[in-house]
Amino acid sequence: MQFAANITFHILFPTITIALGWMLLFMKLRFTWTRDGAWMELYRFWVKVFALTFSLGVVSGIVMSFQFGTNWPGFMNTVGNIAGPLLAYEIMTAFFLEAVFIGVMLFGHGRVPAWAHTIATALVAIGTTISAFWIMVLSSWMHTPADFEMRDGVAHATDWGAIIFNPSMPVRLAHMLLASGLTAAFLVAGFSAWRGLRGDRAPSVAKGLRLGVVTAALLIPVQIFVGDLHGLNTLEHQPAKVAAIEANWETRPNVPLVLFALPDEEARENRLEIGIPNGASLILKHHADGVVPGLNDFEGEHPPVAPVFWSFRVMVGVGMLMLLVSWAAAWRLWRRGEPGVWISCALVGMTFSGWVATISGWYVTEIGRQPWLVYGVLTTHEAASEVPASMIATTFLGYMAVYAFLLAAYVGTLYYLAGKGRKADVTVEGPGAVPARA
Amino acid sequence: MELLGLPPATWLPVVFAGLMGVAILLYVILDGYDLGVGMLLGGAQDEGERDTMIASIGPFWDANETWLVLATGLLLVAFPMAHGVILGELYLPVMLMLVGLILRGVAFKFRTKMTPGSKLLWDRAFLGGSMLAALAQGWMLGSYVLGFQDSWAAHLFAAITALGLAVAYAFIGACWLVMKAEGDLQRRAAHWARAMLAFAALGLVAVSVATPLVSPPIFEKWFSLPNFMLLAPIPLVTAVTLVALWVALGRYPRPGDRWNWVPFAGAVAVFALAFQGLAFSFYPYVVPGSLTIWDAAAAPESLGVILAGSVFVLPMIVAYTAFSYWVFRGKAGELRY
Repeated sequence: MQFAANITFHILFPTITIALGWMLLFMKLRFTWTRDGAWMELYRFWVKVFALTFSLGVVSGIVMSFQFGTNWPGFMNTVGNIAGPLLAYEIMTAFFLEAVFIGVMLFGHGRVPAWAHTIATALVAIGTTISAFWIMVLSSWMHTPADFEMRDGVAHATDWGAIIFNPSMPVRLAHMLLASGLTAAFLVAGFSAWRGLRGDRAPSVAKGLRLGVVTAALLIPVQIFVGDLHGLNTLEHQPAKVAAIEANWETRPNVPLVLFALPDEEARENRLEIGIPNGASLILKHHADGVVPGLNDFEGEHPPVAPVFWSFRVMVGVGMLMLLVSWAAAWRLWRRGEPGVWISCALVGMTFSGWVATISGWYVTEIGRQPWLVYGVLTTHEAASEVPASMIATTFLGYMAVYAFLLAAYVGTLYYLAGKGRKADVTVEGPGAVPARA
Repeated sequence: MELLGLPPATWLPVVFAGLMGVAILLYVILDGYDLGVGMLLGGAQDEGERDTMIASIGPFWDANETWLVLATGLLLVAFPMAHGVILGELYLPVMLMLVGLILRGVAFKFRTKMTPGSKLLWDRAFLGGSMLAALAQGWMLGSYVLGFQDSWAAHLFAAITALGLAVAYAFIGACWLVMKAEGDLQRRAAHWARAMLAFAALGLVAVSVATPLVSPPIFEKWFSLPNFMLLAPIPLVTAVTLVALWVALGRYPRPGDRWNWVPFAGAVAVFALAFQGLAFSFYPYVVPGSLTIWDAAAAPESLGVILAGSVFVLPMIVAYTAFSYWVFRGKAGELRY
């Protein structure tokens, strides 16, 4: 639980930084090519957000690296030979790259030539992406373990290439990177819209809005397509999870797509079910008569149904909203050149929608794996630590308090920064501020 | 792959113990100075001085803490058994350290971005977080040295090492400021360094005397011939360096700000020597008295895969870290973003 809370908290920040790093690079490059100061202004606003987000990611990440040992000793004892090298590579290839060059990126104005600063920005973006790569390798291996053998209850690697490119890695990585892109895009669009609504007519705000909306509108259809691939991949490797997502109890053809239901695990049926006939069969088997596995085939070995079912619906619902809002906004920007009040309000409302979708998606996949921690190899229960429950409960409460506070401070700071706008930029930064340089 | 005729299961754990040692030492030196600067914030006279002090560590602290992640990571991946035992024993101080690191990490970023009124509050959080992290690390050191004994005396010892390490961090932090600050702040940093040096030396002596006394095997190791003769240079060189630093720091800052890097270099040398002494005392145990590095090591094929990568990656890390220190050489005053 504590670890889950920590990951939930941690996942928020890398989700933003992975894609925001690339967007910063885009802004920086646009500035270099167009010499338009508005791009630099945009860069300098978002680089602050990036720095803040990044450091929250770093500190919560440090906490996680310790919790592997303190809370999940069984995990490392059993699959440490495989998880270990993957984590080691993440630290060596990604963490240092990010951490060193973010220093150059933040403080390097005027100390290094402009091209070196651009390269530092690129290296930070590359670093965050490499980090995502390794962590998704590990995560997908835990879902679809491949190419290892058990000796005396301990997993040993047999083929590293196959471990890294395990069956679900490509779709999971793509899904996660796109999720990151959408989260960052809606964050940028949302804050730009908010500044626009408050009467900030700076060209950099309009550019930010356009960048965010266009990115979102381009990524969302790709994400829906990849999400579908991911679903089919999960059906192949983890049928119990898909059954829980669909709240489908019996293995049968012509399964409806359940839109709303209250899954009842005691009675093993759905109450108040509303569904589209043959829907699930069509989506999963691309055929109305397709046979879809049901939960009763996995009795005792399937995840808790309601959380998976609902998380999935939240994720898909938010995804649909994203499609609607981003396309409407893109259409309006294309026709009129400015978003208008309604679209702006919608974008402001969607500012943190990426977080909602990412977290619910993450719950679907992680809760959906239960009772397994490493699918078919190690259960969560076996991996848990024997530290007294009272101690875990106490530290858990402490963490929750800290996280709630940090999250509030983070969001508050973002709005404060955005509210300051560009006028205050000059006064607060003071004479030490280095002017935008070519 | 054999090395010097030894099978991988024999030499790989030694290599990884060495790598981990280097990572820990680098962490203690690097994050040591920035934690130290954090604690010394208490001695700053106004907001401007606090800005300068924090600016002096701004471009580096992220990377400094990454060495802690690497050290823990190596412990986790190379010696998974030991990782479980050590972190299980140190559950509470680890939690406290993490709270401290979180506090200071976020305070660092929030202080420049929030309303001006709350800046002082975040600076206090930065100071408190740095101190908490340093004390917790010192506590862990003390507890580790005594093999996680659970007695009144052991806790007292851990409390002393907690103070000792915090003071040592403040010392190296002050030396860093001698190099990075100017004017009045630099002058006072030299004073702080000198005062902290005295306390840190006391702490060092206390740990050095106590460790062999509480642990017969370590006593045996140090005070048998020929080890005694071979090892004597470690404490001797440390003592000479400490005295030389004490004398020199009384004369800082030098005219024209020459030799401003010398105290920091001296502090690094003292840290390295003290760490040498500790490492020698415990080798080949990774959990004192119970697990050797061979007992605790992960499977050779996994270690081999990591080593193959680290041979290429670690020199690159060192190179670009050096590049970043070169970029941000000189005084800290004007660093902003």
